[in-house]
Amino acid sequence: MQLFTCPFCGPRPETEFHFGGDAGNARPGAEASAIDWTDYLFFRHNRKGVAREIWMHMSCREAFLMERDTVTHAVTATHALGSEA
Amino acid sequence: MTRHYSALSVLKEGMCGQKGWAQAWRSPQPAKRYAVVIIGGGGQGLATAYYLAKTHGVKRIAVIERGWLGGGNTGRNTTAIRSNYYYPESTELYDLSLRLYETLGRDLNYNIMLSQRGMMQIVSSPGEMEMAARQVNAMQLNGVQAELLDRAEVQRRVPIYNYAPDARYPVYGAIFQARAGIARHDAVAWGYARAADALGVDIIQQCEVQGFVVEGGRCVGVQTSRGEIRADRVGMAVAGSSGVMAEKAGFRLPITSYTLQACVSEPVKPIFDTVLVSPMTGAYVSQSDKGEMVIGGGLDRVPSYGQRGNLPQLETVLSGVLEMFPIFRQLRLLRQWGGTVDVTPDSSPIFGESPLPGLYINGGWGTGGFKAIPAGGTLFAHILASGGHHPISAPFDLNRFRTGHLLDEAAGAGIAH
Amino acid sequence: MSGWRTQTGWALDRCQSLTFTFDGKTIPALKGDTVASALLASGQRIVGRSFKYHRPRGFWGVGSEEPNGIADVLGAQHRPNVQMTLEPAVQGLCLQSINGHPSAEHDRMAFLDRFSRFIPAAFYYKTFMLPDWHLFEPRIRAMAGLGRLDPAAQGFGPSVPINATCDVLVVGAGPAGLAAARDAAKAGRKVILCDEGLRAGGSLLYRPARIDGQEGRDWAAAMGADLASLGVRILTRTTAFGRYDHGLTGLAEAQPGTAAPRIWRVRAAETILATGAIERSLPFANNDLPGVMSAEAGLHYLNRFGVAVGRRVVIATTNSSAYDTARALQQVGAEVTLLDLHGRSDAGQHPFRVIAAQPIETALGRRQVEAVRLTSGERIEADTVLVSGGHTPSVHLYSQAQGRLRWDESLQAFLPGDPVLGLCVIGAAAGVFDLSRILPGQGVEATSHGGNAAVWPKPMAKGRIWLDMQNDVTAKDVELAHRENLTSVEHLKRYTTLGMANDQGKTSNLPGLALMAELTGRTIPETGTTTYRPPFTPVPLASFAGLRGGQFMNPVRRLPLEAEHRADGALFREYGGWLRPAWYGADESAVLREAKAARQGVGLFDGSPLGKIEVIGPDAAKFLDFIYYNTMSTLKLERCRYGFVLTEGGAVYDDGVLVRLDENRFIVSCSSSHVQGMGFLLEEWRQDSFDRSRVVIHDTTANYATLTVTGPKSRELLQAVGFAALDDLPHMALTFSQFEGIEVRITRVSFTGDRSYELSIRADHALGLWRRLKEAGRAFAAVLLGGEALMILRAEKGYIVVGKDTDGRTRPMDLGVYGPFEKRKGEYLGRRSLHLPAVADQARDLVGLESLTAAVLPVGAHVVETVGGKRRSRGFVTTSHYSPNLNRPIAMGLVEGGSTRVGEIVTLYHLGQQVQARIAPVCALDPKGRLLDA
Repeated sequence: MQLFTCPFCGPRPETEFHFGGDAGNARPGAEASAIDWTDYLFFRHNRKGVAREIWMHMSCREAFLMERDTVTHAVTATHALGSEA
Repeated sequence: MTRHYSALSVLKEGMCGQKGWAQAWRSPQPAKRYAVVIIGGGGQGLATAYYLAKTHGVKRIAVIERGWLGGGNTGRNTTAIRSNYYYPESTELYDLSLRLYETLGRDLNYNIMLSQRGMMQIVSSPGEMEMAARQVNAMQLNGVQAELLDRAEVQRRVPIYNYAPDARYPVYGAIFQARAGIARHDAVAWGYARAADALGVDIIQQCEVQGFVVEGGRCVGVQTSRGEIRADRVGMAVAGSSGVMAEKAGFRLPITSYTLQACVSEPVKPIFDTVLVSPMTGAYVSQSDKGEMVIGGGLDRVPSYGQRGNLPQLETVLSGVLEMFPIFRQLRLLRQWGGTVDVTPDSSPIFGESPLPGLYINGGWGTGGFKAIPAGGTLFAHILASGGHHPISAPFDLNRFRTGHLLDEAAGAGIAH
Repeated sequence: MSGWRTQTGWALDRCQSLTFTFDGKTIPALKGDTVASALLASGQRIVGRSFKYHRPRGFWGVGSEEPNGIADVLGAQHRPNVQMTLEPAVQGLCLQSINGHPSAEHDRMAFLDRFSRFIPAAFYYKTFMLPDWHLFEPRIRAMAGLGRLDPAAQGFGPSVPINATCDVLVVGAGPAGLAAARDAAKAGRKVILCDEGLRAGGSLLYRPARIDGQEGRDWAAAMGADLASLGVRILTRTTAFGRYDHGLTGLAEAQPGTAAPRIWRVRAAETILATGAIERSLPFANNDLPGVMSAEAGLHYLNRFGVAVGRRVVIATTNSSAYDTARALQQVGAEVTLLDLHGRSDAGQHPFRVIAAQPIETALGRRQVEAVRLTSGERIEADTVLVSGGHTPSVHLYSQAQGRLRWDESLQAFLPGDPVLGLCVIGAAAGVFDLSRILPGQGVEATSHGGNAAVWPKPMAKGRIWLDMQNDVTAKDVELAHRENLTSVEHLKRYTTLGMANDQGKTSNLPGLALMAELTGRTIPETGTTTYRPPFTPVPLASFAGLRGGQFMNPVRRLPLEAEHRADGALFREYGGWLRPAWYGADESAVLREAKAARQGVGLFDGSPLGKIEVIGPDAAKFLDFIYYNTMSTLKLERCRYGFVLTEGGAVYDDGVLVRLDENRFIVSCSSSHVQGMGFLLEEWRQDSFDRSRVVIHDTTANYATLTVTGPKSRELLQAVGFAALDDLPHMALTFSQFEGIEVRITRVSFTGDRSYELSIRADHALGLWRRLKEAGRAFAAVLLGGEALMILRAEKGYIVVGKDTDGRTRPMDLGVYGPFEKRKGEYLGRRSLHLPAVADQARDLVGLESLTAAVLPVGAHVVETVGGKRRSRGFVTTSHYSPNLNRPIAMGLVEGGSTRVGEIVTLYHLGQQVQARIAPVCALDPKGRLLDA
């Protein structure tokens, strides 16, 4: 059981969280090319090692940014959205 | 040296202390150059090498493996083999695989212990029975034998299941594919490795690919921990490392890697004779020839390359198993482990040339690569030999994630595979 | 007969004797015995058979490392594969050995051992291929497996897992663990101490030692009392079975009675592993014979359980620890010969014969040890051979915590290498074996361990040297794996099954590894180490499940009015996670009756699970324009609009009615099964793409009950109840009223095609309103509608249920809604995906399907066409009923090109049968919608 620190609720068990995808995967505008759109929709960094991801804490329903290592599972930081340093 | 495997040769070797057996495969030094280099010595990579040599007559093939062959998902999965798919494209692929499996032991001269004990998918509500009918009809139309069983028939075939009136998920019936079953996973990897080696394929273990050699925008080889190795075509079949290889090659894939856990109970005498899955509990079980209950479930919720088990998913899966089989309350857990699976948006695999010309992909199998090893190898060998798709592999090209032609079994059948 | 009862054994209560049975034989025991100690005391040597060669096997160890002494506990709470070394002897226990046919003592399969040369490791990969594996598999399966399950018996009962946090978790209550727990507790830290044994003390419970002038065992007891007074939580019979991410340690605590061991999920700031070490065997031929045991186990049985394991005992050791065993056995009258392999020959100092540097070549005997022959050729008669090849530290949990092991050449052992944050390994687990070093400055008097030399099996040795006794793996099998180039550790393990048995290779992994290193000319660390997968010892599946089972597994959501519906005779079924009335009445015939009565008069339906997610704020309209496929900002106040929500991939995710309460406040009435999903979807996009201060989401679904009144008499009924002024309420509009002073929100929307009203009221006031509706309804012959009747009513109208009439490829155009796709200007969820090439290729249309006979079409049947001799699916039936209002079957389905094929006859395929159907408009009843205002 991993513990993730929700910026609003503090450390909570992993079962309360939902993975929201790579941070910075911005949604292209309405007239996006098929490549840009499908890049956004389907293609992923899938980093081995340190990754920056969006997560939602399902208990408080707040999304936030988390930096963690996908191998060791060490969590280095969590930030409320808009507050990331 | 005894090379051929048979009851007679085992007897003969028994008379002389089993001392005459030849190596199952060599441990060659890598050459500087090959016609085809395949990254990844798992089932898919080894099968690809075997069919390249056997079917296409390609000489000078190398399989490069970072660790030991068969050590990734091939040696970590729950060994189920089936072709109970909804879409014709999926059926073509997985039923080809099942047909190849049916003769594989004799083809490779290696007993892979294919046990066609059938797979039963429990249906737990009237609404699901309708979906199950849609699935069974699709399978039959796709030319795959399938049965829709009613509750009484399920009870006759699997008497130890939970038929209590207050069961959380009552049994209304089941989808049954009689030809499905299990096989010995290590034997599949070893059988292909031995047969490929006999055809001259160099299987190079303990050799890590660190980068790609690119000339004129084309992949012409790999940099490895044991030096540069050049090749006319490079294939990658690296379940659990597709993202890493893609990053080295400079592109992204529609893949997210997750841990898939599995576990086994301690071994007991035979009590259960099929592969059974309950979509409602998300758990599936079979009993290995050794007697262990081999148990699996859904993906962990956290993307990971960790290759290790954890408690939340284990607890969910095991509570599901006990709801399904109250008698397993007598059993204890013996081992728990995890593998890294590469999951695509439609949970179907990816075949074909990558965005880096000269580099080809066989990957994205998610939780289902083992059952597809013979077909995956056959099709990938075709691609690497010809540079183009086999008709069966064409729908699985990476380009489907540009056009939207996804092959999502969950979308069609309402049940994820 | 070899073992006997001595006057030693502090754990026994000699006043309380008891009996149990083993393979039908009555075994006397004393309270305090384990099954193993009692069997040994009674002289029972053969306690099991090996699974492959059916070799006779006796006890090797005394604890969880035991590979041989496994039996099924029979009875009402049947337990297979119990390690008898860990099982307390209790009156009436009934044990059955494994793999003995009929008993361990007399096994008619024993002849298999004579054929062992033909069935070495992995022989099954080389044969059984012709004609087919299926021919051989049943017999092979029957031979494999250890114990049996009993279909008539109960398993482990449930137990509740505990989450615990502490400053320090100490695993192992031997001298090192006790001292560490004391230090931590004295420093004011919150400590949990666990040990798999019956009581704290570890090696002090059987090894002679004095600490601070006290007997070691007394010191341990005093420490235990001290720790308890310091507030340390001491958990005995508790195994730390696994170490998981973020510092979590899993413990399994044995429970009294039939309950499964309780799982503790312990999160400690620091975990101290004082897990000790396991004694290694020595490689000589026939080292699996009953009577060959761990020297430490011999001492343990004697001092704790009062059992001398033999009368003529040969002890072979690489280290000094076995001298304790020799002395103790000699004192109780056994004839002891000690083989000091390390070469010490301080003859004369000991009251027993010591032979230096003469290893055993072979144990002799057929059913048990009768003698040993040394490499010098000397034969020594013996009924028991106790061996110590040093100790292997138990580093499982450190390894599971991603710690990297390092090889210690002098100790011939893998030890913890790099430090792991929050983890500390001490005592024998860290390779510190001497008590004086574990408890420095505490006046320790104890035998020094004297090094930890190992004797590893050598290639080409004569005879069969056993490495893994449970899985019948010998040194020759390792040599075979090497010969065939399966030389990596994992290949070795999998090919030979070394270390894959119930004991998880606690005694067998390292010798196998060492032999492979020797064969390949590599060092042991170069050869590698295996992964230590949890659990450390087997843990019942029921422990992990905890209370999750039956109604506590994925609990259903329940209606506020469930009791009332039950009183009205409702049959409940689960729909989308909610337990809801399927129909009211004794049998399914009620469904048609309900569906018919509702269209003729009025029907009452409990629609409480219907989603009621409020979207509030100045940007709410803009936000909903993005969320919905349809433009929603143009919706007038107190009006409702039907719409779709798509996935970003363009498929229909949900449909439902949006209600505009006022300028900045909406209610999303999503499907009951999508309430949670829609809640997250709305939050996700609100936070991703909108100003969070200008739109908020508030899910009120559970706050309100929603009661639906539908049918031509619905307005009259409501008026009779006291809801006046409904005359002016048009279809798809909203008004507020009151019931007994409580606000009722009334929306006029219809899922039946008839005039319908949905009444939403605070859930705690719903019962009064529902009863009033039923009472007043009598005058209108009102009928209670279950979910199944509602399905018919909506199907008559061609209204869809997402997930039933759609699949993951269904786009809104497939449902006939082209407007936004063709004309909408603004951006919305999934929009760009609707323009990907696949959308046109995968298009199907929702159509009606008419049966050409009186038979109802089967749901799940496929519309088929024959292409090139092959039948191909062109769609499928999604919904099908007998309509009591049209008096004929009705159906809907998704069919390729369906909307242009109305009137066409198509072929349906269902489970081997073919039937024909006519494509029809999707709406079968009242296509003009006149009933809405009837």
